[in-house]
Amino acid sequence: MSLERRLQHAFTELAKQNHEQPNSSTVVKAIAGQSGKSIQSRRTFLANSLAASGGLALAISLRGNKVVSAKEATISAGQDGFSPNAFIDITADAGVKVFALHDEMGQGTHTGLAIFVCEELEIDPSEVRVEHAPADGRYNHAAFGVQMTGGSTSMTTAGEVMRKAAATAREMLISAAAERWSVDRTKCRAEDGHIHNTESGQKLGYSELASNAAQLEVPKDVALKAPKDFTRIGKPTHRVDSASKVRGTALFSFDRKVDGMLTAMVERSPYFGGQLERFDDSAAKKVPGVRAVVEVDSGVAVVADGYWSALKGRRALDIQWSPGRGAMLDSRELRSQYHDMAKRKARTVESEGDCEQSLANHETLHASYEVPFQAHAPMEPLSCLVTLRDDGGADLVTGSQFLGVDRMLVAAKLQVDQEKVSIENSYLGGGFGRRANPKSDFLVEAVDVALAAKKAGVTAPIKTVWSREDDIRGGWYRPMYVNAMSASFKDGKLDAWRHRVVGQSPIRGTLFEPVIVVDGLDTWAVEGATKLPYHISNKLVELQTVTLPVPVQWWRSVGHSNSAFAKESFLDECAEKLGRDPLELRQELLRDHPRLLRVLNTAAEQAHWKQPLPEGMGRGISVHESFQSFSAHVVEASVEDGKPKIHRIVIAIDCGPTVNPDQVIAQMEGAANFALSATLEGEITFKNGQVEQSNFDDFRVVRMHEAPKIEVHIVDSRDPMGGIGEVGVPGVASAVCSALHDATGKRVRRLPIGDQLS
Amino acid sequence: MQITFELNGQRTSVEVEPDRPLLWVLREDLGLTGTKFGCGRALCGACTLHVDGEATRACAFPIKYAEGTAITTIENLESDPLGKAVVDAWIEKDVVQCGWCQPGQCMSAAALLKEVASPDDSAIDAAMSGNLCRCGTYPRIREAIKVAAANVKEEQL
Ligand code: FES
Ligand code: FES
Repeated sequence: MSLERRLQHAFTELAKQNHEQPNSSTVVKAIAGQSGKSIQSRRTFLANSLAASGGLALAISLRGNKVVSAKEATISAGQDGFSPNAFIDITADAGVKVFALHDEMGQGTHTGLAIFVCEELEIDPSEVRVEHAPADGRYNHAAFGVQMTGGSTSMTTAGEVMRKAAATAREMLISAAAERWSVDRTKCRAEDGHIHNTESGQKLGYSELASNAAQLEVPKDVALKAPKDFTRIGKPTHRVDSASKVRGTALFSFDRKVDGMLTAMVERSPYFGGQLERFDDSAAKKVPGVRAVVEVDSGVAVVADGYWSALKGRRALDIQWSPGRGAMLDSRELRSQYHDMAKRKARTVESEGDCEQSLANHETLHASYEVPFQAHAPMEPLSCLVTLRDDGGADLVTGSQFLGVDRMLVAAKLQVDQEKVSIENSYLGGGFGRRANPKSDFLVEAVDVALAAKKAGVTAPIKTVWSREDDIRGGWYRPMYVNAMSASFKDGKLDAWRHRVVGQSPIRGTLFEPVIVVDGLDTWAVEGATKLPYHISNKLVELQTVTLPVPVQWWRSVGHSNSAFAKESFLDECAEKLGRDPLELRQELLRDHPRLLRVLNTAAEQAHWKQPLPEGMGRGISVHESFQSFSAHVVEASVEDGKPKIHRIVIAIDCGPTVNPDQVIAQMEGAANFALSATLEGEITFKNGQVEQSNFDDFRVVRMHEAPKIEVHIVDSRDPMGGIGEVGVPGVASAVCSALHDATGKRVRRLPIGDQLS
Repeated sequence: MQITFELNGQRTSVEVEPDRPLLWVLREDLGLTGTKFGCGRALCGACTLHVDGEATRACAFPIKYAEGTAITTIENLESDPLGKAVVDAWIEKDVVQCGWCQPGQCMSAAALLKEVASPDDSAIDAAMSGNLCRCGTYPRIREAIKVAAANVKEEQL
C-alpha cells in the first residue's frame, strides 16, 4: 500500500478511536466513509467539497484567526470583506489574506501555497499576506484527511485545493466588477491585483470589490488556468517570510505570550520509561519567581515567572527516579546485540527470485552498515502555551506540524469534545519531523502542566518550554539501525542482493500501529530498501524489529535516511569487487529507470566525474528515489588531520515540475548540510541508561567552516510532481563515505564518521 | 538590582536579578523577541546581539554586565547603514528557511563587516562558525555577506 493510503487509513482509524467524543472533525468522518477510494478521487472530493459546497464554505469565515459563527460571518463578510472559502479572505483594509493549510518550518511552503493562489488570483505573492491556519477540519491535508504537514507532500497535494479556492475568488471578483460597471463579464479581466475593464480601461482593486463580491453566490465550477498560461508557478519567487524572519518580527511559538503568562519547565526522567519515586521541592520553592512545583505524568514541573527562574527552580529540585527498563540502555551493548541479530534470518518484507539460493551457490560479499539514534534538534526548542477555559476546554498556542492529531489528543487529555480545544499555530523554528509527534507529546504535557498547576491554585496561562538539553535528551529520535547487506556475483554480474534491516519501529506503540504496521512489519523502517531499482534478478528485503524503551519517531526522510546509506554504500563495494566504475555500474543497473538515470548522469556530468582530482581528494556518487522525487549526489572530500573535509557537493534533482525552483535549490542545499551533520559527527548514544549528549557541544551540527560548496541542478521534467523537503537527505552519507574511501582507501560503515579516519 | 544601559539608542533601566541573562530580560521583560534562544550556553549564536559594537551571546551575558553599555539588537540593526545592507542582502538572497537562527546570523555578519570590509571565505568561516543553522543555509549566508559587503563598498564609492 502506498504511503498516502497507509496514512489515510491511520488517520481514519485515529478519528474512530477518538469517537467516543461526539462531533469529532466532520471532514475526518467524511473521509472515513471514502476510505476505499483512490487518492485522486479523495483529492477531488475534498477540493469539490471546499470549493463547490458554497453554502458551507461561505457560511464560515475567519476573522482574526478565530472561527466565527455562520451568522456572524455572513454579516461581517457583507460589511467589510469577502471570504469565498476557508483559504482566502479579502478585506478593504487588510487586502488579500491566504490561510495556509500547511505549516511553515523553513521548507518554503507558505510561499509555495501563495504562488498557487496568486497564479489563479492574478496578484503578486509579495502583495498577499499568508497566515497560519488554526486547528480546524477545513484545513485537513488534501490526501491524508487530517490537518498536518509532512511526508514532503504539501506542494503535491495542496496545489489543486489552493488554486481552486483562488480561481473561485477571482471569478467572483470579476462578476462583482462587471456588475459595478454594468458590462458583460467577458469584458473584465483579472491582472496585477485588479479587475480591468478591457473596454473602458478602468480598473478596480480587489479590496474595493470585496464587499460586492461577498454578496454573490459562490460559483460551482470554475476553470483553472492551463499550465501553458502559468506566469508564477515554476518561476523563481522570493519567499513571503524572508523580511519578517530576518528582522526578528516573525512570531514563533517561543515568542508568543498572553497577559499574565507564566513559564514552566519539566524535569523528566533521565531514563526512558523511568518512574518518579519521590521529590523534595523545598529548595526549588525558595527560588525567587517560582510560583508552584507540581507533579505531572512526565515528571515534575516548575512553574515560574520566566525562563530563568523556572530553570533555577528546576535545578534546585531533589528527585529520586526508579530507572526501570531504561537503565539497561548502553550503546556499545546495543550495537553488538543488533549486529548479532543481523546475522540471523529476519522477517521477509519483499522477495524476488531466489536470493538465498544464489547466495549459497556463488561468490558473495557481505558488509554491515550502522546508523545511530539521531535527534531532530530543531533550532527553536519546543514550547506550548496553554490557557485553560472555564468550560473544561483549552486554548493552545504552539508550533506544530500535526494540528489535526494534536487537537484530538489534547481533547482526549482534557476529556472534552474537540470543539472545546483551539490551537493557534506559529512559524516553526525547524521541525524535521519532531513537531509531528504521534502522541502530541509536548502539547499534551503542556496541558498536563496547566491542569496540575490549576489544582495547585495557579490559574494563569502557562507556557511550558524546553531547554536544549531537554530537547537533546528528550527522546523521539530517528531509530538506530544495523543493515546486513549480502550480494552474490555470477559471470561478473550482480546476481543477488539481500538487505536485512534491524531496528525499532517508529510506529509501534502509537495510535498508528494497528494500520501502518502490516502483519507485524513496519514498512517505513524498510522504505528505500524495498523497491530496489537496480536490475538484479534475486532480491530479498528482511526486517528484524527491535523493542526498546527509547521513544523513536520519523526524522527528515524517515526510513530512507538509513536505507539509502546502506544500499548505496554497498553498491559501491560491489562495484569495487567487480572492478567496475561506480557510476558505470549504476548506469547499467538502472537501465529501466529513466528518471534515476537522468539525475545520475546530470550529477556526474556537472561534477566532471571522469576528470582526475588533485592528490588526496576523492569522489563518491549516489542516486536514490524518495517521496516520488529523484536525486543524485556527487561528493568531493579529503581527510585533513584525521578529520573528513567535504569540499563540494554536486546535486541533481528531478521532482517533476517545480512550483518555486529557488526553494527547490534551497531545500537541497539545506538538506545536504542537515544530512552532513548526521554523517560527520551527530549521534545520540546511551551509557548507564542515560543519553550521553546534552547540547550543541556534544551533539555536533555542521558549522560554517565545515559546510561545503553546494551546486544544485534541477532536471527539467514533465513527469509527475514529487516532494522536496526530505529528498535531499538520503543520498548524502553514502556519497561522503564513498568519496573518503576513494581518497584514503578506508571504508566507513558506521555513522557518524567521527574519528574513524584518524 | 537596578541596571541602566542604552538599548537600541534608548536609555533603559530595569530592576532585575543580577545573574539573569540579558537574553531573558530582553525577551520577557522588554518584549524584544527578535533575539532568539537556541542553547543557553553560548554554543549556537541564536541570541547574538551587539554590546558596545561587539557580537555577544545574550544567553550567557548576565544582565549586571550590561550596566553602562550600549546594546543593539536585531530590531535596530537597520538603523545603521551597514546593518541595513546585511538585512537587505539576506532578503535579496532569500537566506532564511525556518528563520530561527537568522537574526543572530545577521548580527554576527554585521559585526564582521564592521571589522573587515570585504571578508574572504576564511574570514567568514572564522566570524560565523559560532552561529549554527540547523536548516543548513550556510551557502546563502556566505553569499549574502559578500553581497552586503559589495553593496556597502559601492555606496561608499
Ligand atoms: S542561545 Fe545563546 S548561543 Fe545559543
Ligand atoms: S534557518 Fe533554520 S536554523 Fe537557520
